[in-house]
Amino acid sequence: MNKKFLPLYVTSSLFVLLFLVGSVQFENFGTLRVFMNLFTDNAFLIIAAIGMTFVILSGGIDLSVGSTIALSGVIISVLLRDYGWHPIPAFAFVLVLGTLFGAAMGAIIHFYQLQPFIVTLAGMFFARGLSSVVSEESVPITHMFYDNVAMFGFELPGGAWLGSSTIIALVVLGLAIWLANFTRFGGRVYGIGGDAQSAALMGVPIARTTISVYALSSFFAALSGIVFSFYTFSGYSLAAVGVELDAIAAVVIGGTLLTGGYGYVVGTLFGVLIMGVVQTYISFDGTLSSWWTKIVIGLLLFVFIALQRYLVRRGTKA
Amino acid sequence: MRYKDLSPAVRRSLWPIIGLFVLLLANVLISPEFFSIEIKDGRFYGSLIDVMNRAAPVALLAIGMTLVIATGGVDLSVGSVMAIAGAVSAGLIVGGVDNIAIVIGGGLLAGVAAGFVNGFLVGYFGIQPIVATLILMVAGRGIAQLINSGQIVTFHHEAFEYLGVGYLFGLPFPIILVIITFVLVQLLMRRTALGLFVEGVGANASASHYIGINDKLIKLMVYCVSGLCAAVAGMIAAADIGGSDANNAGLWLELDAILAVVIGGASLMGGRFSVFLSIIGALIIQALTITIILSGVPPKFNLLIKAAAIIVILLLQSPEFHRQIARFKKAGGAQS
Repeated sequence: MNKKFLPLYVTSSLFVLLFLVGSVQFENFGTLRVFMNLFTDNAFLIIAAIGMTFVILSGGIDLSVGSTIALSGVIISVLLRDYGWHPIPAFAFVLVLGTLFGAAMGAIIHFYQLQPFIVTLAGMFFARGLSSVVSEESVPITHMFYDNVAMFGFELPGGAWLGSSTIIALVVLGLAIWLANFTRFGGRVYGIGGDAQSAALMGVPIARTTISVYALSSFFAALSGIVFSFYTFSGYSLAAVGVELDAIAAVVIGGTLLTGGYGYVVGTLFGVLIMGVVQTYISFDGTLSSWWTKIVIGLLLFVFIALQRYLVRRGTKA
Repeated sequence: MRYKDLSPAVRRSLWPIIGLFVLLLANVLISPEFFSIEIKDGRFYGSLIDVMNRAAPVALLAIGMTLVIATGGVDLSVGSVMAIAGAVSAGLIVGGVDNIAIVIGGGLLAGVAAGFVNGFLVGYFGIQPIVATLILMVAGRGIAQLINSGQIVTFHHEAFEYLGVGYLFGLPFPIILVIITFVLVQLLMRRTALGLFVEGVGANASASHYIGINDKLIKLMVYCVSGLCAAVAGMIAAADIGGSDANNAGLWLELDAILAVVIGGASLMGGRFSVFLSIIGALIIQALTITIILSGVPPKFNLLIKAAAIIVILLLQSPEFHRQIARFKKAGGAQS
């Protein structure tokens, strides 16, 4: 067993364990259908959390994710309804806009040496504010293309469904793994997260990497907004409030070190799935209220952060 | 006297105060009766009083947040702690407790407990403040819901409601609470060595540790103070509406509180702090909101303007920005 992957083993085993507990307790829990629904229901969160993983790996944080999701949803729905755009150019538009938005935040963080947390906080206000300026009320999306994409998918045995959002999330996951662990960019992100000074001395272009990381995160957030709009068929300026916290929680539960420099994208997937299982368990149980989800996620966060401290301390002693 | 000759402390406090002054002036220009204060039944009424009253919860949070930020930390959980404290007090009242001291004491205790958890995680566990307090920010609302059994608990208790809607010396009671808290914290920080310890820990935690300051205990203390302030703010919010709403009490106020401290000129890296300037910061935020409303800009622009204000303030604080301006001036001077 490779020690390097220990947090990953912990996270994935916890997921399996939780899923088994649910399966033993409830009749229809341990089915492919429930498992696939975890992906369908959380596809947008998976995508946003993957973007967050890169930011946290680089030693930063991005609080603007949730409002970027809302902003892209609102822009798409307004472009479709009021300007008669086809969804595809609208998607391209929000993806470009999201990327530029993230790049701007990254540039401010890097060039003015400001803390990522406060800059992306301003970004969060900005995106939320912009989306309420674009449209305050919820804008419904009615377009053939949306119906087709939302209906698209493959039937799996046991009534399970592999839908378009799940496919997009899985493609993003594959792409992110490749980007993080098999490209020069990925190495640089781990590098600045581990120690920005050493990385700079070794020739890592800090400015370009920092800006790219935030651009990437906002790009994924915009993409997440698109997937989210397939889910809700609308754009609403108050949608996806607090998703940034869910994303951060998923990344932490997924075993990524919050100080940066260590972690895996796959871990984040398991982080989201664990949160999804907890939610599913609570809805299966029926007697537990939904606010237990928050408490359980808080506890999980605590346990994983404590685990990280323990592993880091042991690592420095060894 | 030139700007350069002013002492650094005066220079730092000049900007937020000028900012508030400009905003108030703008409000007067837009609506001339802004400064007028009436006295009815021995109570003051007027827009200024209103600004202060509405700014009270954020000002209270900002007092605690100032100390936390001065140690180089941040407390994201204050909004949730507000909800918890409100829920505890409401729970006690609904549970049949009539003694106001117990009701308020319960809320305060909840706040200290929350602050203790945060402070323990940050000080003794060595977890980054953003993350340590994130735990309670997420779980805290759940806990508040748990106390309320997932419902909005309404109550009627005259003495407790006084916290939110009462008047003392003609002023709304929340304003009085802010003043009391401010004086207490100021005495604690400036009449004892505690304030210096806090600044020392924020400037350099390990150096402070080596000269014998118990940096862990100082951190634990500031988070407890922040929890206490949040509890008072939470009880004001609950008393104001005569109920405890775990979902919405204090929602997003942690951001306003951080913003107030930043507007007050404190560095997020820790070190020097001024509780007074943070309160000015809280007033600026509220005055800005009123300016937006008075000037007839639709309220939907509220957040956008706030965001722009944060960016501008952050840039003004960034040393790199000052260098750029200096370079720009030099280039301009060379050309002419």
